[in-house]
Amino acid sequence: MKNTQTYSGIQLTTLVLLRFLIGWHLLYEGLSKLLDPNWSSVGFLKESRWILSGFSEWIVSNSGVLNVVDFLNTWGLIAIGIGLILGIFARTAAIAGSMLLLIYFLNNPPLIGLEYSVPTEGNYLVVSKTLIESVALFALAIFPTSSIFGLDMFIHCKKTKDHDSK
Amino acid sequence: MTQNKEEMNKGEKRPAVQRRTLLKALAGIPVLGIFGYEIFRKRSYDIAKKNRVIDELGIKDIKAPAVLKSSSQNKNDLIRIGMIGFGGRARALSSALGFLHPLDEKNKRESGSLENWLQQDNLNVAITGICDVFDLHAENGLATARNEIRPGNGSRADLPVKRYLHYQEMLDDKDIDAVMIATPDHHHAPITIAAAKAGKHVYCEKSPLQRENELMELYNAVKDNNITYQLGHQVTKNSVFPQAKEIVKRNILGKITLVETTTNRNTANGAWIRHLDANGNLKPGNEKTIDWEQWLGNRPKVPFSVDRYYNWTKWFDYDMGMIGQLFTHEYDAVNQLLRIGIPKTVSSSGGIYYWKDNREMPDSLHCVFEYPNHDMTLIYSANLANSNSRGRVFMGHDATMRLGNDISITPDRNSSRYEKQLKEGLIDPSEPMITMNPNSGKVDAVTSATEKYYASRGLTNTYINGKQVDVTHLHVKEWVDCIRSGEMPTANIDRAFEEGATILMAQKSYLEKRQVEWDPVNKKII
Repeated sequence: MKNTQTYSGIQLTTLVLLRFLIGWHLLYEGLSKLLDPNWSSVGFLKESRWILSGFSEWIVSNSGVLNVVDFLNTWGLIAIGIGLILGIFARTAAIAGSMLLLIYFLNNPPLIGLEYSVPTEGNYLVVSKTLIESVALFALAIFPTSSIFGLDMFIHCKKTKDHDSK
Repeated sequence: MTQNKEEMNKGEKRPAVQRRTLLKALAGIPVLGIFGYEIFRKRSYDIAKKNRVIDELGIKDIKAPAVLKSSSQNKNDLIRIGMIGFGGRARALSSALGFLHPLDEKNKRESGSLENWLQQDNLNVAITGICDVFDLHAENGLATARNEIRPGNGSRADLPVKRYLHYQEMLDDKDIDAVMIATPDHHHAPITIAAAKAGKHVYCEKSPLQRENELMELYNAVKDNNITYQLGHQVTKNSVFPQAKEIVKRNILGKITLVETTTNRNTANGAWIRHLDANGNLKPGNEKTIDWEQWLGNRPKVPFSVDRYYNWTKWFDYDMGMIGQLFTHEYDAVNQLLRIGIPKTVSSSGGIYYWKDNREMPDSLHCVFEYPNHDMTLIYSANLANSNSRGRVFMGHDATMRLGNDISITPDRNSSRYEKQLKEGLIDPSEPMITMNPNSGKVDAVTSATEKYYASRGLTNTYINGKQVDVTHLHVKEWVDCIRSGEMPTANIDRAFEEGATILMAQKSYLEKRQVEWDPVNKKII
């Protein structure tokens, strides 16, 4: 997809604001995991239901894999958060974030008949905030703003320059 | 972007436009700045709040998990150990000593826990004697003692391993320095007394004794012969235990007037029905392979029965049921923390309400121990037909402590000591103000329901410096260290005497359906 969209002022402002807010949320999710020495994804993975429960069980049963998952999860969230806020590799960050959130969702979707021991903070039926955030990130990948409001501008300029000089 | 290009093409406005474009590109930086500032504020707030709680509650310097020490004693002198009784518990004790049955080695290898076991301290001991009335168990013992794998870079002592048909033969052998007793409970006191008289150090599984006449005899035999005696209660080696001790010492809970300990299990195995294997077939053993006479010992002669052999806990001739098997661990945990000793009175009641087989032991049991000299009541409430975990709870005027494999302390809403902090909202009676959990985030390889029960009581594994350690290993290690140094281990004969008197009182009260009292002068139950 080329960066050829032209947005009205209000469209651009809303999209950038959405990017900042999701970036802020994911960055803090990652940092709070990093700052908590006792954090591990075990609790979340043990609660896994539906199609990914077998995979999660395998992760939990293997401490090496679990460590890698914990590391990737923490640093993945931090990288995605920074990417979205600064607007650097923002489209990659948005797609990666969307996928990561989708995996979270698929591990504990609020489907009828699936019971969880940890209560949720809202009332969900099939759709949860995680799913909405995942789709919102996907929308941000489709409607990019980082080459106007973001460090991707420099990358974009360089590419355009290279292209022009050919 | 097309808009930007157009702007760039207008030469005269170029510097201003470039600046604007640049500023737009850097728009995320102030957002990140605000984020950083907010993180800093949040961290400062959390730390300040935590420090205030720590300062005002007086819990400063309660150290997280203790450091795992290597034995300081000279380990050059090899200790030769004889195992008396070689069932499931003896295999766990052997593992704690540094010896694995080949099958256990295979299981550990497959579950990935062998590496951890190999890091266990090398105690420089050798299992040189095995005594069991059942040939199959004796063979398991020999295979365990002869298996070459050793933890802590230890090498094999290369001493022969001998099977003894009777424990007295083993005790008469000068080539045995110490014995570990893991037989059914009715043998514990007679074998310990004989071993002490033969000058052998003893590690004995709970309970220490079963009959009133054994109480003084056991105590005197151990004291008079100056042996190192350790009772098999490993809870004090859990890394949260010293912290619990410190919390009690600093009076964080206020005056403790009630301690409630409980058991809730809901499986056949948990109710000591253990004569069938995983496929529902009868476990091995018959009169030809089991020396039934010796197994019965001084108990009434009855025909051989696989039921009695595997499920001995069900009968009062061989055990005291939950009082002997499970309350002993609870009592030890409370006594090691509060040093309450022998109660003044005990009332027990209960019945066989669910497992209506041929058992004598109740499956619902409730004992009330009164300690007027400590202004305290200890309650033990147990049920074998429901698995709702009720924990081990210390109730003080100012706070409540739950102690298991971790600690949580919740302030009391009517506490005098924390009145100010409660009013200010610094602490909240609906949630713990202190939690200590060395295991958080770690995965434990606990499989069966019975094993989960023991794990929840802090009796299986603990974490020291992030490393999983078997608490039984630490308890056995303390015994071995004390044999070398001549010091007193934690679960020594004085604690065993207090425990023995307490469980005898509870059992007597249940059987005689009356409140019993301890006569401290004559050291008798009345």
